[in-house]
Amino acid sequence: MTDTRANIHVPNPDAPTPLEAARLTGGARPEDIESLRMQAAVYVYEVPVRVWHWVNALAITVLIVTGYLIGSPPPTVEISEATNQFVFGYIRFAHFAAAMVMTVAFIARIYWAFVGNRHARQLFYIPFWRLRWWKELIFEARWYAFLEKEPKKYIGHNPLAHFAMFFFITLGMTFMIFTGFALYAEGAGQGSIYDQLFGWVIGLAGNTQRLHTLHHLGMWAIALFAVIHIYAAIREDIMSRQSMITTIISGWRTFKDDRVE
Amino acid sequence: MAEIETFYEVMRRQGITRRSFMKYCSLTAAALGLGPSFVPKIAHAMETKPRTPVIWVNGLECTCCSESFIRGAHPLAKDVVLSMISLDYSHTLMAAAGHAAEAALEDTIEKYKGNYILAVEGNPPLNEDGMYCIVGGKPFVDQLRHAAKDAKAVIAWGACASYGCVQAAAPNPTQATPVHKVITDKPIIKVPGCPPIAEVMTGVITYMLTFDRLPELDRQGRPKMFYSQRIHDKCYRRPHFDAGQFVEEWDDEYARKGYCLYKMGCKGPTTYNACSTVRWNEGVSFPIQSGHGCIGCSEDGFWDQGGFYDRLTTVKQFGVEATADQMGIAAAGAVGAGIAAHIAASALKSAQRKKQDSEEV
Repeated sequence: MTDTRANIHVPNPDAPTPLEAARLTGGARPEDIESLRMQAAVYVYEVPVRVWHWVNALAITVLIVTGYLIGSPPPTVEISEATNQFVFGYIRFAHFAAAMVMTVAFIARIYWAFVGNRHARQLFYIPFWRLRWWKELIFEARWYAFLEKEPKKYIGHNPLAHFAMFFFITLGMTFMIFTGFALYAEGAGQGSIYDQLFGWVIGLAGNTQRLHTLHHLGMWAIALFAVIHIYAAIREDIMSRQSMITTIISGWRTFKDDRVE
Repeated sequence: MAEIETFYEVMRRQGITRRSFMKYCSLTAAALGLGPSFVPKIAHAMETKPRTPVIWVNGLECTCCSESFIRGAHPLAKDVVLSMISLDYSHTLMAAAGHAAEAALEDTIEKYKGNYILAVEGNPPLNEDGMYCIVGGKPFVDQLRHAAKDAKAVIAWGACASYGCVQAAAPNPTQATPVHKVITDKPIIKVPGCPPIAEVMTGVITYMLTFDRLPELDRQGRPKMFYSQRIHDKCYRRPHFDAGQFVEEWDDEYARKGYCLYKMGCKGPTTYNACSTVRWNEGVSFPIQSGHGCIGCSEDGFWDQGGFYDRLTTVKQFGVEATADQMGIAAAGAVGAGIAAHIAASALKSAQRKKQDSEEV
């Protein structure tokens, strides 16, 4: 094992003391300068990945809220005659519109996995046959179980996050897209493009009431993932050795120490 | 095949006038969604083609398909098909019984080898070597296989033959099995419903006679002309669905106003059938029009989709029965409690570490 206490940082003895202006105005104390020497940053998430993340987050939020309401509609409203009122219709419209946005964004994200940097590909595979990856996944799980004193540093997703994102987002969203468009094909009608592309899913389920139930359970799986994902991101931002939340905004991963491992 | 009568001859023998016959042809064309130019084609087919022999076998079933069939909206349809069937083999409708009846079945198979249509009402139970349904001293599944061997095509009448219906509902003790899982080498037309609409049943047979081919089928093997749309797509209460106007209780004001029955568990949005267009009993009404939600009787496994009056299906796993929402909310609660506990533990642990670090220094 590598010595985890050793530092990466090699100081440049000839460099002048940095941040003259900040030092002289009192904004930078000597310990701040020392901290600055240890800081390092890596550009991880490119613009399309970040944009996709937030578009996807917004679309999923709309989809979960409207999806829940489609299963359990709000109380009857009588604003006007049924011909002039479209309350449930608008809820369904929002669901379908958000689903279209999510699907197109997901396709664009898949395209970016081919042309983007190596971190753009991480979402789409897990190194299933690599024993070391599974060991690191267990290590990260032990960190969450308070069995490890300190987590390791990662550039992309840690193995546990990688695993969760692959199953809930890559596979989970694919499941939701296929079942969702199959249900949409019912309304679009036989012979429609949606029916030609996704109608076979109806055949697999037999009764579409079953497909509705599966789609509904998928919604809850993604909702639970979102809750855990947000909690883990905030916790890691505070307790891990690297940045989390700012990384998905700016794309840069910064580290809080300069030790080797 | 010169010795076989045409439909027209059978009808005339039954005392039906030519005028009534032509009316039947135009009504059937309309029911099949065909233009007026098809009326003479149907009439021609009825007049010239030898009538198609039909063997109608009954397995595990309740005879509601037969009951529906003989109540065809147009009386002629009933006459045509009844005379057609009673001439060959049908448990419930033919005059013969016992050995005479079984002999009639063998005669028909022998005489029209490869030309008859096998109509199956009900399904065979496969458990205990098929002993849960005995016809003429033998398991029904044997009769079904025997009769299907030389059939031109198989019509699976109703939810039983198409999907299994109530006798195949979980846990399906007799292992009642739909026809397409037993007969795998013949074209099978599923005409699901519990029972199917009479006009749909006669329409399918008339189509096959007129055009001498099977009607166009969808992915699940149902005739597209009757099963390509959901009850929901043509429901006259659909505007209330889009408006968000639902019946909330069975005896509320909204029920009296005829609002959408979605919240009362109506399965119209997941059911493919012609009820909302063809309707029942000579077009008088259909369940939703009578104020009751659709129960989805023409869908696969409709007995196992939770309550007829629940919107969300109950899922029976690990011995608990809950809807997707109840399971989701329970899981969300568990995750929320877990996160809260984890936050507390994280805070404690890091406070403890800080204390240790300061002591070390």
